[in-house]
Amino acid sequence: MIDYSKALNRTVMDIKPSGIRKFFDIAATMEDVISLGIGEPDFQTPWQIRKAGINALERGKTKYTSNKGLAPLLNEISDYLDRKTGVKYSPENEILVTVGGSEAIDAAIRAIVSPGDEVIIPQPSYVCYEPITRLAGGVPVIISTKAENDFKITPEELKAAISDKTRVLILPYPCNPTGAIMEKEDIEKLAYILNDTNILVISDEIYSELTFSGRSHCSPASVDGMRERTVTVNGFSKAFSMTGWRLGYACAPKEIMKEIIKIHQFAIMCAPTTSQYAAVEALKSCEDEVKEMLEEYNMRRRLMVAGFNRIGLTCREPKGAFYAFPSIRSTGMTSDEFCEKLLFSKKVAVVPGTAFGESGEGFVRASYCYSTEHITEALHRIEEFLKEIKQ
Amino acid sequence: MKYKILKLLARNARYTSEEIATMLDITPAEVDGTIKELEADGLLRGYKAVVDWEKLDNFYASAIVELNVVPKAGLGFEEVAKKIMGYREVESVYLMSGSYDLNVVVKGKTLQDIAWFVAKELATIDSVTSTTTHFVMRRYKELDVELVSGDEDDRGQLFV
Repeated sequence: MIDYSKALNRTVMDIKPSGIRKFFDIAATMEDVISLGIGEPDFQTPWQIRKAGINALERGKTKYTSNKGLAPLLNEISDYLDRKTGVKYSPENEILVTVGGSEAIDAAIRAIVSPGDEVIIPQPSYVCYEPITRLAGGVPVIISTKAENDFKITPEELKAAISDKTRVLILPYPCNPTGAIMEKEDIEKLAYILNDTNILVISDEIYSELTFSGRSHCSPASVDGMRERTVTVNGFSKAFSMTGWRLGYACAPKEIMKEIIKIHQFAIMCAPTTSQYAAVEALKSCEDEVKEMLEEYNMRRRLMVAGFNRIGLTCREPKGAFYAFPSIRSTGMTSDEFCEKLLFSKKVAVVPGTAFGESGEGFVRASYCYSTEHITEALHRIEEFLKEIKQ
Repeated sequence: MKYKILKLLARNARYTSEEIATMLDITPAEVDGTIKELEADGLLRGYKAVVDWEKLDNFYASAIVELNVVPKAGLGFEEVAKKIMGYREVESVYLMSGSYDLNVVVKGKTLQDIAWFVAKELATIDSVTSTTTHFVMRRYKELDVELVSGDEDDRGQLFV
């Protein structure tokens, strides 16, 4: 008999499976559940993008592409980033098309981190950075960002987290789940600290198109002195409603990209060809569709944030992504308790803030990738729940 | 702002002024004021429910009737269109480009009702030279609202 506990990778075995999964599996078995749990657009992929994918299939474009991706797509990405951020990346050797932003994050961390290196990760944030760091033999160093700082990283927090082993700073902005963004002056303060160090930055900008209130997302590479140390990660899932197409990209100076591409070359080979053809169309002709979705998200965002504040759950204005992150401290419950009780008594599913790191305690994440009617009904049930627990 | 308010009301006329105000980041008073203005200007013509009448036990039938009409000097199609509009059975009247002139949507309890209505009322109007009646067999979508159940929300397989 094999002793599997000795047969498998110890680092992998030590990684805890996402606890939230269990919670959602319960929700899935209940009837009439209103979920605010899903972090995925409810819009269909715009038709012309789907059609471009269909055309590629019809023309028999079903072979591998080059490792780094289709030339027309690399060119479009280069133009797009120049247009949006003013940062120029060469389609020749500074851009890599990946299987979602996720692969780009994984490959970037693995390309940079050697065993024992430290990776600074601000939390609450998306759940992948910590396990990927561990798989690379790295040591996660967590910055607990604070609500009173709008969940931004402050220069003091960064300084305190840096040691001589620090290799990477992850910048997950616009942020899932907090909705925080980092504006130009915020990044400049961090850039000043990183100046004259060998610390690299991985900037996960998958929500970059989704910012509100006239506040725009600042791509760290666009700030003086940052381009040379930054791997910019982005993708098509959120902005173009293309989650299932699995397509993202990484951009970095060629010295960094040279190493990232090796990992992609051997582990993945190339991103799905159909998706790449579709993505060319997305960047070429979907500015209007993206704008329209953004306007819709913005209306839902205002409805949800105003709703939470009205029923007594303090909710700061999320300036990016598509989540509200209200505080549930006033209920005296932990995030886990709140979510569980809300699910069982009112059949509303929201995600406990602790799923995104310990510093998410006292908060829950509610996605507004839902119709306004759905959001209104969910808020109504949460209001009833709050009234009942007060009695 | 007028356009945005109209768009929201066209989607769901039951949004409250508070909801619309929140979504558009203006005050409820501004919403109410704008709606009054739009009503007075005749841009907002009414607020009606989208009903799937077939779900009721009552009988329900509808048809699209294509009419060819001889227009009147000085009045064009207006006179006959107005006459047709007046019938309770008529749901909508459009002047069309192409091979016929007026498109009239007619509703009734049974196909027989509609057939009689077309034969007795529409076909006998002086300037109407011919009618072609197409009965509606199934209504899939009306006023942007899907009447057959759409695809289920198949998201949520992944926690992101």
